[in-house]
Amino acid sequence: MNLKKILMAGSFLVTASATTAMAADCGISEGRLSIVGNEFPAIQTVGAAAQSCDGLTEAKANLTADHQKINLAGMQGDPAEYTTAIVANSSIVALINEDVIRPLDDLIAAHGQNIPKNQLITINGNVMAVAFMANAQHLLYRKDILDQIGIEPPKSYEDMLAAAKMIREQGILANPLGGPYAAGWNLAQEFTNMYLGHGGSFYEPGTANVSINNEQGVATLEMLKALSEYMNPDYLTHDSNATSAEWEAGNVALMHMWGSRSGRLMDAEGSTPQVYENTMVGAPLTVGGGDKPASTLWWDGWTIAKNISDEDAEATFKAMSHAISPAILNDETMGQAVWMIEGYTPAAVNDGVFAAISMGTTPYPMLPQHGLLHTALGDNIADFLQGKESAEQTLADIEAAYIAAAKEKGFVN
Amino acid sequence: MKHTAFFWFTLPSAAAMLLFIFFPTVSIIVQSFHVAHEQVIIEVENCGPFGCTTATAIDQEATAELREAEPLGQFAGLDVYKDRNHLAVNEFAQLWADRESLGGFVSDLMNLPFYKALGFTLTYTFIVTPLTIVFGFIIAVAVNSAARTLRGPLIFFTLLPNIVTPLIGGLILFWMVDARGVIGTALRWLADDPGLSVKADTGLMWSMLMVYGVWSSAPFAFIVYYAGLQTVSQDTLEAARIDGATRWQQIRHVVIPHLLPLTTFIALIQLMDNFRVFEPIISFNAQAHATSLSWAIFNDLGGETQQLSSAAATSVLTVIGVAILLSPVLVRTYRSYGKA
Amino acid sequence: MASKAQKRPLALQIVLIATLVIWMIAAAFPFFWTLWGSFKVEADFFSLTNWTNSLTGERTIAETGDAFTGQGYYGAWVQEEFWRAAWNSTLVCLFVVSVSLTLGTLGGYALARSTYRYAFWFLLIALIFRALPPITLVSGYLPVFFDLNIWGYLPTAIIVLVAINQPFTLWMLHSFFKNIPSELDESAMVDGCTRFQAFRHVIIPVMWPGVITTGLFSFLLAYNDFAVTAMILDKQNQTMVPKIASFLGTTQTKGNVMFAVAAVVSTTAPLFLLIMFFQRQIVSGLTAGAVKG
Repeated sequence: MNLKKILMAGSFLVTASATTAMAADCGISEGRLSIVGNEFPAIQTVGAAAQSCDGLTEAKANLTADHQKINLAGMQGDPAEYTTAIVANSSIVALINEDVIRPLDDLIAAHGQNIPKNQLITINGNVMAVAFMANAQHLLYRKDILDQIGIEPPKSYEDMLAAAKMIREQGILANPLGGPYAAGWNLAQEFTNMYLGHGGSFYEPGTANVSINNEQGVATLEMLKALSEYMNPDYLTHDSNATSAEWEAGNVALMHMWGSRSGRLMDAEGSTPQVYENTMVGAPLTVGGGDKPASTLWWDGWTIAKNISDEDAEATFKAMSHAISPAILNDETMGQAVWMIEGYTPAAVNDGVFAAISMGTTPYPMLPQHGLLHTALGDNIADFLQGKESAEQTLADIEAAYIAAAKEKGFVN
Repeated sequence: MKHTAFFWFTLPSAAAMLLFIFFPTVSIIVQSFHVAHEQVIIEVENCGPFGCTTATAIDQEATAELREAEPLGQFAGLDVYKDRNHLAVNEFAQLWADRESLGGFVSDLMNLPFYKALGFTLTYTFIVTPLTIVFGFIIAVAVNSAARTLRGPLIFFTLLPNIVTPLIGGLILFWMVDARGVIGTALRWLADDPGLSVKADTGLMWSMLMVYGVWSSAPFAFIVYYAGLQTVSQDTLEAARIDGATRWQQIRHVVIPHLLPLTTFIALIQLMDNFRVFEPIISFNAQAHATSLSWAIFNDLGGETQQLSSAAATSVLTVIGVAILLSPVLVRTYRSYGKA
Repeated sequence: MASKAQKRPLALQIVLIATLVIWMIAAAFPFFWTLWGSFKVEADFFSLTNWTNSLTGERTIAETGDAFTGQGYYGAWVQEEFWRAAWNSTLVCLFVVSVSLTLGTLGGYALARSTYRYAFWFLLIALIFRALPPITLVSGYLPVFFDLNIWGYLPTAIIVLVAINQPFTLWMLHSFFKNIPSELDESAMVDGCTRFQAFRHVIIPVMWPGVITTGLFSFLLAYNDFAVTAMILDKQNQTMVPKIASFLGTTQTKGNVMFAVAAVVSTTAPLFLLIMFFQRQIVSGLTAGAVKG
C-alpha cells in the first residue's frame, strides 16, 4: 500500500490548512487556456476547475469522445489551437511521437513546486505530463453466489475458471463470467493484460520488432478462450458499457473489470439490491502461476503544447495545476475517480485499483509503436476465439499486420 | 450554352468542390504514396506514479531534420498499396501458388484484412442494392394504392428508417435484437431455439447488417418510385387495357419501362452508398464478424496511433472500387448524354 | 393505377394491405418503441433482465415512483442544454440548404443546358468525388483548418457540408432542369435577354418543385450529419447529432443514455412536421426531375 500512503499523505495537511478553494485565484495575469480531452465526469471536473481560474484571456475546453482524432492536428498548428491535452499512458505516445508537447521541467521548477513528485510522468529525464488519476482492471465478484458455492474469492484466473464451472454446474447462472471482450480495442486490452500476466514481453528488447508468437502468447489466447466459454455468447460485442449492464442485470458472478466502473456497479441506481449489495471488489487476478497480476496500470494526466507562447504555456500550467489541486475535491467529485490528489480519501470501491498498485502490476506499455500493435491485436484475436484458426496462425497474423503498419510508420524496416 | 456562360454558372459550385473535395483528394493520393521516415529508436527510462521502467522512445532530434527536409515522409511508391494490410500482393501470390482448392484459397484470402473487408463490402452491396430497389418498388405500389387521406402519414412512417440518425437507430436496434431484447426474444420463439443469438453468429450478424441496410435505405427507393408512379401516363394504361392487357402486362409493359430511368438513378446512389457501408458495423459492434472498406479507414484513423498513409491508400482503393462498380451505369449515361 | 375504372380483385387488395401493414410495423415499430421507452429509466428501456420491463416500467416505478418519467427530456434539454445544439442545427441546416441550392441551381442549370462533353465529365468527376468516405476528407481538413484557425466554427462546417453535398445536388438538379424545355429560356434570349436574365426571369419561376425536393435531401443530410460535424465543430458550436453522441460517450454516465434517447425522439418531431408540410412538394419535385435519370 505504498502508493496509497503517498496519495493520502497530504490529506491531513489539507484539512489543517482548510483552503478557501472556491476563489479561483491561480496567480494568472494573462494567457490562454484551451483544453482537449475525453468526456467523462472526472475530466469534466478538471476542465471546469481549470476554466474557473481568474486572469485567463481565453478559457475553453473541448471534451469529446473523439479527442484522440483531433488532439494531434489541434496541437500541430502554430500557434496550436489547444494549449493542453488530457491524455492517458496509451494516448500520450501519439503526441510525443509527433513532438507536439513540451517538457515541463522549467514550469515545474518555477510554479509547480507543490505538485507531488509521484504525479510527474518522466520520459527520458524530461517531465512530459502530470498525472491526476489512476485506473486498472481488477476482480469484481458476487458475494452471495460465491457463498452459495462455498468458495473464497479467486486469486488467479485458474481459480476463476474453477468457480465458473461450479456456478454453471450447480445451475445458478448459465454464463457466470463477464468482461469487456468486444472485438477491437477492448479485446486487445484483455490480451495485453493476460500476456503480461504470463510474463510475456511484446518486443525484442530495445527495438520495435514484435515477438508475441511464443509460448506465453499461445497460453494467453488459450486462457482468453477458456474464459469466453463461460461468458454470454455475445461477448465479442460487449464493451465496458455492455459489460456493466450485464453485471447490473445480475447475469454475471465474476468479472475482471475497470476500477473506474466499480462505483457505478455498487450504487443503487439501475440494479436490484440483491446485485449491488453483494457486489464486492477484489484484487486483480494472476495467471499461470505468475506473481504479477494479469492487469495493467493506467493514469490520466495533462500535457502542454509545444507550439504556444511561453505566456500561454505558463497560464495553462497554472490553471491545470489548480485543476488538480486538493481544492477540487468535494463530496461529489471524490467518488469520480481514483484521484492522485492529496486529500483524496479512497472508498471501498477503489480497493481494487490500490491492490493493483501494491501488487506491482505492470503499467500499460508507453512505447512509441505500441498503438499499432494494440490495433493489430484488436483486429485479429476474435478469429481465434471464434474457432476460425489456430492460436499460432492468429499470433502470426497479428505480427504480420503489425509489421506492415510499423513499416509504414517507419518503426521497422 | 456558351463556354463563358457555362464557366460563370458553374464557378461557385466548382470552386467549392475544388477547395473542399478536389484538393483534399489530391493530398490523400499523395499521402498514400508516402510512408513515415525511419524512426530513430533510443532506450530511455520512463518514470511515473507506478515507478520507473526501461522503455524505448523516438529520438526527436535525429528525426526532426528528416521531417524538416521531407514533411510528407519518404516516397514509397506503391509500397503501401502492396503491403499485407492492403492488396497484399506477395501474400496473394503465395496463397495462389499453395492453393489446394479454390474454396481453400478463398477462405485463406479472407484471412487478409483487405480481402476480408472487400468480401463483406461486395456481398453487402450486391445483396442490399437489389433488395432495396425491389422493396422500395413494392412499398411504393402499396402506398400508391392506399386511400389518399392515408398517404401523408404513410409516407412519413415509411421515411422514418431513413430519417432517424443511424447512430441512435443502430443503438436501439442493437438492444432490440439482443438475445433478451424484444426482437431477439421473438426470433428465439420463432426459431424455437433457446440458444439463438444474432450477435454471436457470423452468418446471423451478416444477415442482420443486411436487413438493417435494406430497412434503412428502402425508403429512399420508395420515395423516388412513388414520385415516378404519379406520372405514369393514364392514357397509355387506358390504351393497354383496351388492347386487353392483363394487370401484370400493364405493369410489365407500361409501368416498369416508365420507372426504368429512376431505377438507374436509385441504383447509382445505392451502389455508391452501400459500397461505403460503415455505420451499422459500428452501431452493432460487429467488427468481429464483418468489416468493410470504410470501417478499415475508420480503424486506421481511430486507433491509438493514426495510420494516415494506410487510411489514404484504402480510401483511394475505395474510390477505384466505386468507379468500377459504377462504370456500366456511367457508360450508359455517357452515351445518352447530350441527346436528351 | 388507383383509377376507379380499374377495380382491384379482392386477393390483390388483401396482398397490398398486408404489405402495407407489415411494412408500417417494420418501419414504425422501432420508433414507437423508442418513444415509449424515452419515458422510462435506463434499467427498464435497456433491460437485460427481462424485456417486458420496458413495457411495465418496473425499475422506473422503483426509482421514480411512477411508471413514466420525464427525466430523460429534463436532463437533455435543461441540464445538458440541448437547445443550444438545436439552435446550432437550425443555423447549419438553414445555411446549408440555401447555399447549396444557390450553387446547385446555377451549376445544375448550366450542366443541363450545355451540350459539350466537358459538362458530362464535370458531372462524372463530381459523382466520383461523392464516393470518397467523408471521414477521409475530414482527416485531410483538420491540419489545414487548425492552421488557418477556422476550426470549430459553424461557417466552416456549413461550407464543408455544402461542398460535400454538391455532387448529389448538381446531379439531381441537372436532371430536373433537363425536364424544363430549353425553348423557354432560348426564346427569352432571342428576345434579347442575357443567359443570366433568362435564367432569372424564365427558369426561376418554374423551378421550385425540383428545388424543394433537392432542398429536402440537403436538409436531411445537414440535419443527420455526424462524420463532419463531430470532427470539425467545437463543443459550444455542436449540432444535435454529435451532441447526442456525446451523451453516449465511451464511458457512459448513468442516466445519460436516456438523455440520448429523449433527444433522438425530440429531433424526430420537427421532421414529422416537415414531411407533413412538404410531402406534396417532395413527390411532385421528384416527379418533375429525376424521371429522366
